[in-house]
Amino acid sequence: MKVVIIKYNSGNVCSLANALERLGIRPILSDEPDELISADKVIFPGVGEAGNAMKYLKEKGLHLIIPELKQDVLGICLGMQLMCAHSEEGNTDCLNIFPLYVKKFVINKEDKYKIPHVGWNNIVLNNEVNSKLYLNTENNKYVYFVHSYYVEKGIFTSSETTYIIPFSASLKKDNFYAVQYHPEKSGKTGETILRNFINL
Amino acid sequence: MLAKRIIPCLDIKNGRTVKGINFENIRDAGDPIELASFYASQGADELVFLDIIATFENRKTLANLVKKVAHEINIPFIVGGGISSIEDVSILLNAGADKISINSYAVRNPIQIEKLAGFFGSQCIVVAIDTKYIDDDWFVYLNGGRIRLPLKAFDWAKQAESAGAGEILLTSMNHDGTKKGFAMDITMQLSKNLSIPVIASGGGGCMKDFLDVFEKAEADAALAASIFHYKEIEIPALKKYLNENNVETRL
Repeated sequence: MKVVIIKYNSGNVCSLANALERLGIRPILSDEPDELISADKVIFPGVGEAGNAMKYLKEKGLHLIIPELKQDVLGICLGMQLMCAHSEEGNTDCLNIFPLYVKKFVINKEDKYKIPHVGWNNIVLNNEVNSKLYLNTENNKYVYFVHSYYVEKGIFTSSETTYIIPFSASLKKDNFYAVQYHPEKSGKTGETILRNFINL
Repeated sequence: MLAKRIIPCLDIKNGRTVKGINFENIRDAGDPIELASFYASQGADELVFLDIIATFENRKTLANLVKKVAHEINIPFIVGGGISSIEDVSILLNAGADKISINSYAVRNPIQIEKLAGFFGSQCIVVAIDTKYIDDDWFVYLNGGRIRLPLKAFDWAKQAESAGAGEILLTSMNHDGTKKGFAMDITMQLSKNLSIPVIASGGGGCMKDFLDVFEKAEADAALAASIFHYKEIEIPALKKYLNENNVETRL
């Protein structure tokens, strides 16, 4: 199976590649449109800043390719945020696969909350958006998050998490899947989710 | 709800795990790859590797070890010890570390925190602070406790936060290795006054110590080494105990 990880200026993808290798997949890292189009599965990772990331994608023409992909695509963390319509981070227009807004967490001085939202939090599955990513996954499982911006809830929300407010922990629309957390760092639960994506 | 994190720390010397008492008397504690996999399977929420003799040659050995460990484990992985350049950080991140922990390098060049955060993102920059209570305050120490700075731990933590540190790893040298409980006052002071997570380290000896550091000192995570290596406390039992006492953990 040909799994392509989209290469762009989005931090390192070692953990993701390692996690896929543990599932017996040797991923290809590429920013070539042809490689993406010919892949069986595409993973859109990312840790970084939305504005710079979009700029890079535009330079490579990938902003036109990604929304048109017909195979299963999984956006992770910043990858998920870039699949939305707009991000407050750098006031950036994104790929608009999901017509949703990415907002910055707001905290009051009196709150105990810290930003970024970092650590293990539980995800509540939404049965109405029956994402096959959660096959064999119990409700309320813990996964690992690191982010300062969140995707609001909407009709594509396949699971939600609460930190300060409830937000989309994952999204699904047609062949597009996206997760705010890092499945590659989320222990056995994350491994199951990644395996489900590969097996779609 | 965001869970409190339990983090085993592996002190690494020449590819082996070691642990000293009060930063001295180093003894061997096992194969790091085996230990890392064991902890991940036991429900550790994150793992820390600290290279305690960071020399140039040793750096390569460490990067190779990090690579092997990163292949095995599916939880976040912090690596630190002797990091003194952007290149060091880059090598370790490329070997598979998710976060790097910097100590002396950050104190000596606070501007580097900003650079590293800009380059790699705040989420992977952990600033480690070794501190000791002396002359009525908590001061910053470097080089495994050999050099005392005229800098208070609290002031340094605030400065590191505003420079872009993603988390603070706070080790009390008065408590490290004693198993008499974490340094509650300084941990609480940092947790309450910083907007980034604080990992408490040094002194965890029994399960109640962990409960206290989460409940009373409001630490976001607690780190320990020998009590886990020598199985004096098992992680699943500890997390179950914390949950039963209303401290949310990932079971």
